[in-house]
Order: sequence, then C-alpha cells, then structure tokens
Amino acid sequence: MATVENSDEVVGGAPDGVRRRDFINIAAVSFAGVGAVAVVYPLVNQMNPSADVLALASTEVDVSQIQPGQAIKTIWRKQPIFIRNLTEKEIAEANAVDVGSLRDPQTLAERTLEGKQNWLITLGVCTHLGCVPLGAAEGENKGEYGGYFCPCHGSHYDTAARIRKGPAPKNLEVPEYAFTSDTVVQIG
Amino acid sequence: MSFPWAEHYTPKMPLMRWLDERLPLPRLVYNAIGAGYPVPRNLNYFWNFGVLAGFALVLQIVTGIILAMHYAPAGAIAFQSVEHIMRDVNQGWLLRYAHANGASFFFIVVYIHIFRGLFYGSYKAPREMVWLLGLVIFLLMMATAFMGYVLPWGQMSFWGAKVITGLFGAIPLVGEPIQQWLLGGFAPDNAALNRFFSLHYLLPFVIAGVIILHIWALHIPGSGNPTGVDVKGPQDTVPFHPYYTAKDGFGLGIFLIAYCLVLFFAPNYLGHADNYIPANPLSTPAHIVPEWYFWPFYAILRAFTVDFILPAKLWGVIAMFASILLLFFLPWLDKSPVRSGNYRPAFKKFFWFGLIPCVLILGYCGGAPAEEPYVMISQIAAAYYFAHFLIILPLISKFETTLPLPNSISESVLHGEKQEAAPFGVDGTKPATAA
Repeated sequence: MATVENSDEVVGGAPDGVRRRDFINIAAVSFAGVGAVAVVYPLVNQMNPSADVLALASTEVDVSQIQPGQAIKTIWRKQPIFIRNLTEKEIAEANAVDVGSLRDPQTLAERTLEGKQNWLITLGVCTHLGCVPLGAAEGENKGEYGGYFCPCHGSHYDTAARIRKGPAPKNLEVPEYAFTSDTVVQIG
Repeated sequence: MSFPWAEHYTPKMPLMRWLDERLPLPRLVYNAIGAGYPVPRNLNYFWNFGVLAGFALVLQIVTGIILAMHYAPAGAIAFQSVEHIMRDVNQGWLLRYAHANGASFFFIVVYIHIFRGLFYGSYKAPREMVWLLGLVIFLLMMATAFMGYVLPWGQMSFWGAKVITGLFGAIPLVGEPIQQWLLGGFAPDNAALNRFFSLHYLLPFVIAGVIILHIWALHIPGSGNPTGVDVKGPQDTVPFHPYYTAKDGFGLGIFLIAYCLVLFFAPNYLGHADNYIPANPLSTPAHIVPEWYFWPFYAILRAFTVDFILPAKLWGVIAMFASILLLFFLPWLDKSPVRSGNYRPAFKKFFWFGLIPCVLILGYCGGAPAEEPYVMISQIAAAYYFAHFLIILPLISKFETTLPLPNSISESVLHGEKQEAAPFGVDGTKPATAA
C-alpha cells in the first residue's frame, strides 16, 4: 500500500502528469497491438511463395546442341528463359552501340560471362508488363534491332536483349547462372 | 429516411405482430423498400439501374455458387473442369454463359448507374456517403471480375493475371515483393489460381455488405430526383411499394430480355476467343486485351509512353488508379449548388459532348492494339478525362449561370402534364426546364 501511495504522490503530483493507470492503459493496448500484429503476420505471409515453389530455384540446361544464331526457350521458376548463342555479327552489332545512349545502359560484356560472350541468357519476360517477347524461335519477328520484339505493347530489344524502343523500362533481365561444364549451364 | 408522412407499419396477422414485438424484421423491410419509404414521384428510367445492379449481383452469386460446385481451381484441370461444366453438367453451358455474360451486364448497368449520378449530381450533399460507398463497390466489383476471369485458365486468363499483377510490380522498391505475394510465386501458377478462386468467392459477399451500407446511406436523405430539388411535402412523393416496385419490375423485364438475347444468341460476343486456348506460360497472344469493361482504364494505363522523372510504366499505373480515385473527391470538386445537370447549360454541354465521348473513345482505344493512332488518341482522351474533373468542373461550378429551378418536385411534374395535355405546337406554360 505504501508504495502505491508513494508512487501516486510522485507521478500524480502534477494535475496533468502521467498517472500509473494511464501507463497501464497504454501498456495494455500496446501489448494487444503487438499480439494483433503477430496474428496478422502469418495471415499475410501465407500468400508468399511456398516451399515447393521456392524449391524450383535452380535448373540445369544442356546447351551443346545450340548452334550460333540459334536460341532456345526453357523454363525456370515457371518463367520462360531465352538461351541464345550469338553470332560474331550479333556480338559486333551489340558492341557497336553507344552505351550512354541506352535507356538502361549496359554493355554486352556486363550481360554475359567472361569468355562466354556468345551466350546470352535472359528471362523471356518483357520488363513492361510481363509478356513473352518474340524472336527466340525461328522465323519470329525479331524487331527493329534484331533481338526480340514484344507483341503486347511493341517493345524492341537489340541483339544483347537491351531495351531500345517502346514502353519497357529495362533490359531483359539476366538471371544468375554459371557454366558447370562446357556444355551445361545452371540457372539460379 | 422516413418523411413524417411515411406510412406506418401495422402488422395485420397475429404471427407478424408476434414477430414484430420480438424481432422487427418485417418492419425494417417495410420501411426500407416497402410502403414505408416515400420516394420522389418524378424519377425517370435512369433510376432503375440501382435495382438492376442489385439483381445482377444476386444473379452472379447464385450462378457463381453453382459453378463452384463443378469447377476445380488447379492449373492442370481448371480449363478442363470448365469444359466439363459446358458439356457434361446438366444445363452447365447455360449457367456458365449466364455467369460470364452476367458480369458484362453487371458492368453495363453499373456504368449507367454511375453516369446517372454524374449527370443528376447524385454525389452532392447530402449524398456524398452514398457516392463514396458506391465507388468502393465499383472497385470491389473490378477486383472480383478480374479474379473471376482468371479462373478458366485460358490464355487471356493467364496473361491477364500476369499483366494485372505486373501493375503492382511497377511500384518502386516494394513492387516486386508485392507481385510475388499476390501470385504466390514468380509467375501465375497453381498458387495464384487457387487464391484467386478463394477471393473471387469472398468478395461478392463483401460487395453485398457494402451495398447494405450504400442503401442505408441513401435512405438517410432519401432518393434524389431528376430536378435535384429537395422533397418539400407529401405531394412530392409516392410510397416505394407498389409504385416503384412495379416500375423496377418493368425495368427488370426489359433488362432480362436484353440479357437473354445475348445469353442465348451471342454468348461469346462480349468475350475473347483466345480464352478458349488453354494457358501457355511460354507464349503470349499477340494482342492481349482485358474484358471490355476495363478498356477505358486500360487505355489510360497505356497512354503513358514517355519517362518523365518516373518511368512511363509507373505513370500509367498511377494514372489508371487516379482515374477512379479522383472520383472520391468529386463531391468537393464540383461546387455548384445546383444538383441536376438539367438546369446547368454549360455542365450539360461538357457532360454530353466532353465526358461521354471521351470515355467512349478511351474504351474503344483500350480494346484496340497499342499502335498509332490509338496511342495518341488515348493520350488526348486521357488528358481530357482528368481535365474534365480537375479543371473544367471546378471552373464551370464557379462561372456558370444556371437555369431557374422548379419550386418543387410536384410543380415540375404538373408542368409536364400541362405540356402533354396542350395541343401539339401550343405551349401555354412557362419553360421551367431546359430538357
């Protein structure tokens, strides 16, 4: 009892000071707030990619059959991947571009691995709204810059899959990948 | 609201009296849509569309629940399960088409409902809450319709899901995590389809809840009317039942005739043929478009092609959402004290020759390929759309000379009767309306 009286005297001295009851009130509401957040978190987080989806993180592709000038489409994380074996001419074209003039400035060397500059590996997902650009299969429209052309809203990509014209804001994304041998590439 | 002259509920049967003393539910209905709710007597046919929208919601819920008894929300079998409904389920073809076309007709009546409100100033005091809740319903409707269109898992379903969730991906920093959270993965797949099914089932019931608030908010001031003049006395109103229940019933008949004509004779006219191709994550259809009721907004989204501080893609997303969000501020942008467009000559011109063509043009461009001249036309139309609400309306409400209002609703009604009774070409009455 003495302590209660004592503390009331101390903090309740000023008429508009903080009383013990106010503190208890704030503490109780805060505690309930923390509890509510802890409950809401799993309700929200359940919608994030589940373990089986995340398990698709990497894939291996045999590229021994891809001739220069050819490209294949493969799937990684349920999204298309373009693997293109660039010709000397396409490499030269890509290197001839003034990088400073690009919307998303990157050299071909930055978009490929060292010593493997002919292997252009990108996501086949237009950076505008996510359609699959044309140009990987034979006979498809490669656009004005000889790379890829997205039919949805007319984005043109060059031979290094860099955005050159149209609404897309970025170059086709280059995923993380590594050559595990001369003919096998691991994506992811 | 119940005006003082509203009829009072007096239970006639002993059972109803017993119920009324314990749970006055019949009384609530009587005062909401029965004879206990007096309504302006001069409502025209544009006032039918609220009831029609309510009917469309019921139609969608009933057909939707039935379809969910036969549909399987899994990537590998969703498309087949819809074909199973079309071919094997008894009258499944009818129910599937009824639901798909029901969505279109829901949007048709809601768009007319919205433009009714825009013309007659139904959003103005004291009905702002009705308007704001209506916009919430509209946003929920669009989310629901989008997720429903994904369920058949055709090409348009898949790529629609990809593009629409991609809109959220345009948000700086948090965009990509939000998109992955919405999809439950890196691209639309089972996880996305499964949750869209769950939410497509949930949201109609949220809509039904907000509709109750919408009607509640409307019944505080009572229904508006084509003159925009307040109700002054019993001579201005008639009880909702039987007068407007009968009129709404007639309107419902017309609606059902139009709906059934499309349902039976052109059930695929409003859809897109590509959605009869199963989803293929490796190939995008050359010309992907959303359903027709999203075209005006899609045109605004695509109208932004130049980076200016922010990337063009983000501008498009902001503009598209802003085109609806700005309507939330409409009651405070239009300051004219006159509600009805019938007495606002300048407003009327901008409404019929500005806003309406602008929205129709946006709709047309949204359905057309993203090429010139459509891109330029939708840029001009989108600019006009925003100018209409943010510049033209505030200026009109400041400078416009409005026409004299009728003294009361009943006066405007009687005036019309005199005019009708007069011989052709002879008009002995003073012009009270411009219409």
